Amino acid sequence: MKKFYNLESIAVVIDEINIDTDDIIPKQFLKTIQRSGLGKFLFYNRRYDSSNNKKDNFILNQSPWDSAEILITGSNFGCGSSREHAPWALLDFGIKCIIAPSFADIFYNNSIKNGLLPLTLSKNLINILSDYSLKKKYLKVSLLDQKIYYDDISLDFTIPNDIKERLLNGYDDVELTLQKGNLINLYEKKQYNEKSWKLVDNE
Amino acid sequence: MNNPKTLFDKVWENHIVGDLDSGQNIIYIDRHLVHEVTSPQAFEGLRIHNRKVRRPDLTLGVADHNVPTTSRNLGIESIKDKIARIQVETLEKNLAENNIEYIPLNSINQGIVHIIGPELGFTLPGTTIVCGDSHTSTHGAFGALAFGIGTSEVEHVLATQTLLQTKPKNMKIEINGTLGKNISSKDIILKIISQIGTSAGTGHVIEFMGSTIKKMSMEERMTICNMSIEAGAKAGMISPDIITLEYLKDKKFSPKNKKWDRATQEWKKLYSDENAFFNTSYNINVDKLKPMVTWGTSPEDGISINEAIPNPSDFENSEKEKSMNKSLEYMGLTPGTKMTDVSIQKVFIGSCTNGRIEDLRSASSVIKGKKVAKNLHAIVVPGSGLVKKIAEEEGIQDIFLDAGFEWRDPGCSMCLGMNPDQLENQERCASTSNRNFEGRQGRGGRTHLVSPATAAACAIAGTFVDVSEGW
Repeated sequence: MKKFYNLESIAVVIDEINIDTDDIIPKQFLKTIQRSGLGKFLFYNRRYDSSNNKKDNFILNQSPWDSAEILITGSNFGCGSSREHAPWALLDFGIKCIIAPSFADIFYNNSIKNGLLPLTLSKNLINILSDYSLKKKYLKVSLLDQKIYYDDISLDFTIPNDIKERLLNGYDDVELTLQKGNLINLYEKKQYNEKSWKLVDNE
Repeated sequence: MNNPKTLFDKVWENHIVGDLDSGQNIIYIDRHLVHEVTSPQAFEGLRIHNRKVRRPDLTLGVADHNVPTTSRNLGIESIKDKIARIQVETLEKNLAENNIEYIPLNSINQGIVHIIGPELGFTLPGTTIVCGDSHTSTHGAFGALAFGIGTSEVEHVLATQTLLQTKPKNMKIEINGTLGKNISSKDIILKIISQIGTSAGTGHVIEFMGSTIKKMSMEERMTICNMSIEAGAKAGMISPDIITLEYLKDKKFSPKNKKWDRATQEWKKLYSDENAFFNTSYNINVDKLKPMVTWGTSPEDGISINEAIPNPSDFENSEKEKSMNKSLEYMGLTPGTKMTDVSIQKVFIGSCTNGRIEDLRSASSVIKGKKVAKNLHAIVVPGSGLVKKIAEEEGIQDIFLDAGFEWRDPGCSMCLGMNPDQLENQERCASTSNRNFEGRQGRGGRTHLVSPATAAACAIAGTFVDVSEGW
């Protein structure tokens, strides 16, 4: 996984609650067997009409917002389907950080597994950042300092330490877990000795 | 009692393998279900890193999302969409290469992953179950800890048979009272979500309990747990009891003989201790519950079917008002309209929420001898080959066909419309599925979530109709 460095970018604001993963990447694009190339289908039904023409009135089709690396949005972002294609599409489009009052659990997990930073802030602070961002000014996000800088001001954010470490270091979770392979061996040995019913009975 | 525990606490603690230095728990996964849409990139990840599947014996694969529900006799060749076919072929290849059991398209056991897991006895109480699909919460009806994961986590489970997790909080929802005629557990869960909202469960595992749950069949319990994710929860759980055991006994993969006896001894310990701590609790009485329907594009937009559509300006929360206005515009509806005055063009009965035999029994019971309304298109998609077979043996298929419904082969179908079963632009559908998001069932399609009995009655009436009165 790519390490998360500091980020300096304008932020695009989509001020809506409950944006679901069907909206972020519709079902017809889940037939791929690859992770790459989904950015062009991000928010497909908002960005393109039914004849595949770009809709100019959607903010992600407008300059400079189409090059924003930060998305500011409403609560419960990423609810619904577990499709990891949602963070894949966001990242491929160029979004590296999402700021919202809250995130749906599975989307949050999927994001941090891919180096997409989900930041939780209070609605008040988000309103301040949104107003500032509408002026097309740059925000700076420092994960190491846990700060967002705008103008000459900075505000603090919290993030669980294990998630911060993982993003900063670009850890491979599978590798970290495999290093604990002896624990898994022990667990399996004990479990299946005591609870053989847990094995799939395929007789 | 010292340190009383919830059902969830007990299952969680039983599965802690150890901790990472970060403090995250390594949680053992007893059962892994794999389908075509969310697994190809996970297997690819294994290949890139030269890693193996640790426990193929605890993994089961099936194709359900992409599969056609008509003329399936050609097997995989029946999938006309080339890209979809490649995805199913990739699943077959990945499972074969890794020695994982696969249920082929033409098998009687094929079906929606969350329907076949329980009906094959792959789902067991006290186990941890994951799948790259958010509706994995369904399996919690058996007292399992079951939750949906993304593709990176699918890869993690394939490689390690574990997941890195931070323990969620405990929530309980107690449901008491007796359901009226033609009211079902779908109406209960839609009611609950309409009251607590789609993010109330975030970071929580919900245990459903109370006298109404105790009386429910496993099918009804699965519908409730299935939609825990629509309340934002990590998982939903129900303590196993005699109804659970009767359902599981002698299923294909259930423990047999002495193993069954030992298993059931263990399962008897799976309940929340008296005075166990829940971070959040809700109560609901269902004595007066009416059939529910959603009017908008969020599962929390549920009302009683004989109510009028609410007015966004009545809400003090401006964010909700804004999103309601957007929903109403998309749905082509105006505040104050009675749902029973709204006409529909499609009816879909099926999905992992309501594609089980009891759902089909309930739906067929209200339409016997009646005919589908003119110009309305209604389809029934059994959740699995076994469900389909039982329905055919019981004469349920004939009731649907006589009424003018289409009788299809099993799969996810119009719940998400990845296969050809989709809504047209502005087409309005009474659907027994779980999500009414914009475009979910087809671009521009208008989805109203309802129970199987309501969906069936709506197909006859051609409008939304109160199935608890006169049906």
